Amino acid sequence: MKEEKHVLSLLVDNEPGVLSRIAGLFSGRGYNIESLCVAETMEAGVSRVTIVTKANEPLVEQIKKQLNKLVNVIKVHELTGNAFVNREMLLIKVFAKPEHRAEILRIVDIFRCKVVDVGKEHYTIEVTGDEGKMAAILSLLKPIGIKEIARTGAIALFREPK
Amino acid sequence: MKLTGAKILMEVLKDEGVDTIFGFPGGAVIDIYDELARTDIRHVLVRHEQGAVHAADGYARAGSRVGVCLVTSGPGATNTVTGIASAYLDSIPIVVFTGQVPTQLIGNDAFQEVDIVGITRPCTKHNFLVQRTEDLGRVVKEAFFIARSGRPGPVLVDLPKNVMNTATDFKMPGEVSLRSYNPTYNPNAKQLKRVVDLIIEADRPMIFAGGGVILSKGSKELTEFARKIQAPVTTSLMGLGAFPGSDPLWLGMIGMHGTYQANLCTGQCDLMVSIGVRFDDRVTGKTDTFASQAKIVHIDIDPTSIRKNVPVTIPVVGDCKSALEHLNTLLDETDLGNLKKKRKPWLDQIVEWKSTTPLDYKQDDQTIKPQYVVEKLFEVSKGEAIITTEVGQNQMWAAQYYHFEKPNHFITSGGLGCMGFGLPAAIGAQAACPDRLVVDIAGDGSLQMNIQEMTTAVQHGLPVKVVLLNNGYLGMVRQWQELFYDRRYSSTCLDCAPDFVKLAEAYGAVGLRAERPEDVVPVLKEGLFSPHMVIMDFRVTKEESVYPMVPAGAPITEMLLV
Ligand SMILES: Cc1ncc(C[n+]2csc(CCOP(=O)(O)OP(=O)(O)O)c2C)c(N)n1
Ligand SMILES: [Mg+2]
Repeated sequence: MKEEKHVLSLLVDNEPGVLSRIAGLFSGRGYNIESLCVAETMEAGVSRVTIVTKANEPLVEQIKKQLNKLVNVIKVHELTGNAFVNREMLLIKVFAKPEHRAEILRIVDIFRCKVVDVGKEHYTIEVTGDEGKMAAILSLLKPIGIKEIARTGAIALFREPK
Repeated sequence: MKLTGAKILMEVLKDEGVDTIFGFPGGAVIDIYDELARTDIRHVLVRHEQGAVHAADGYARAGSRVGVCLVTSGPGATNTVTGIASAYLDSIPIVVFTGQVPTQLIGNDAFQEVDIVGITRPCTKHNFLVQRTEDLGRVVKEAFFIARSGRPGPVLVDLPKNVMNTATDFKMPGEVSLRSYNPTYNPNAKQLKRVVDLIIEADRPMIFAGGGVILSKGSKELTEFARKIQAPVTTSLMGLGAFPGSDPLWLGMIGMHGTYQANLCTGQCDLMVSIGVRFDDRVTGKTDTFASQAKIVHIDIDPTSIRKNVPVTIPVVGDCKSALEHLNTLLDETDLGNLKKKRKPWLDQIVEWKSTTPLDYKQDDQTIKPQYVVEKLFEVSKGEAIITTEVGQNQMWAAQYYHFEKPNHFITSGGLGCMGFGLPAAIGAQAACPDRLVVDIAGDGSLQMNIQEMTTAVQHGLPVKVVLLNNGYLGMVRQWQELFYDRRYSSTCLDCAPDFVKLAEAYGAVGLRAERPEDVVPVLKEGLFSPHMVIMDFRVTKEESVYPMVPAGAPITEMLLV
């Protein structure tokens, strides 16, 4: 059966150990985690965890059930297959030699991202968007020279009816 | 009024109806032990913390209650892990209290500090570290609630020393409700209707029941259901006793050492109604060939058990007992036609399998056959003993030759298969049921894993009986070596062994020995009815094997027979 990416959005009790229960479930049962993001929600005591995993259909069903079974997990939603907005943030530190600066700024402009730090020989660029956008800008900047990157992993919410 | 944490713990335990705790003290729990001694709660002092957990497990199963343990931090806590894992895999409701270093020392590698919450996260249903005395009452209440509700399981509560000796205002917490934990008890009525439709269509249905039926107290409903639909019944190891062993519809146990007819039925049936099971690999053998002609109905309170190992036609999430009650009501409202007639060819086929290939062994007049001991134990105890087992051949012969009539009479480490389980579990069962005959069917290897608990039994006047099938081997491993490793008996011979009769006497118990077949019944009669703890050392055939046997990973219908 085909393995596909699935975006899962969880509401969990904001308690010590919850993240380790979730991570332990994935590692203990051999499930895959592509990315995982956690932060508080507007409601006190509740956090949202967004997990991107790769699995075939029966396995993702099992993953959702196993997550639901954790006592501290309040709700599990699968976003994949529904309309949802999906964003991640990427910080890219590129080598910015004088002869490349104009080109880098042009790319920044096209992708509507920002230069957030300027060093003697580097620019740090902040990009938000979906995975496709990340891949595109990375492939354009690579030939110029990327020193390092940091990525948040995906966060996502359902779209509301128009 | 202000109460210390230790006192609050006692108040909540009393409120939960706890009358017995299995435990072992130490520095981190000394305040709790000080309070415990001032209550009416009986403390059974074990001799190793693993024994405390298995005892609580046996207590929970024999008494249908939550079992409780109390141990100290560090080594006391780590010694509980095996017992907790066994209870987890068998879904047994226990609450384990562990001491912990004071909160301000946590994380400093303090003396006898271990992160027991971290260690037991994957083998508990849930666990807690109590950070403040104010939270203690609520957390303990939640621990009991979680342990016993839904699919039951072990819950660990870690108690830092300062939390227990600080005083705070206390009011008994009310009913527990957790918004992130809501087991589904009521099965979906539409799904159950579909189950009835399948039952009407089926020519060769079978029922496969497991420990979930016993945990939900649904044995009576299961029996009624099976008789209504005239379907033969098998159970997993954990389900033994959920259906009466004397009923003509009883097939015997399924699985690696299941009966010929039970395993063949799985290959031939066109409908398998499975209830409170989890399709362990010891049951299914090779999964792609398991019940390959059948539609499978799977009823279980834990949705993760459904479609985990085998594909299912109709999933039903809910409590086994309520599902069976609903099904029985639906069946009463349905015209099933002449079921007896319709089922005749199928049931006749099963009778034939049973008669051509029954469970079998040959008792000669020289050495005692282990199966013979269990058969005679069944007769002498009139089938009414609560049986615990160790792990290995002894466990399988107990399952095959003691014909369980009722639930909660067979207590075994099914999922973990944990040697050393039987003796402490028997002690727990005896504590829950003081007037009953409790027998540990043991192997010589396993018994030595928690032999120290004999003292516990003697000290607390819990006169459990050990029926030791002493074959001088780690028999089950030896059997695999015989069958699959050309009889290379690597490290399985136990020819250096203690004299178990003298050992029993040294512990202040009674030791008896049987060396010849004619000794078996007299030794049983003397041992089983003694008011003391007794070890009966049956010197059995050394190289006897358990049959039928399905080699690991083979289709369950391909059995090696005697
Ligand atoms: C704690 C533990 N260690 C190892 C095993 C592996 N094992 C399974 S059965 C068995 C042999 C048990 O020997 P004994 O208690 O004498 O029982 P017998 O099979 O001879 O009846 C062993 C070593 C186990 N199940 N549990
Ligand atoms: Mg042995």
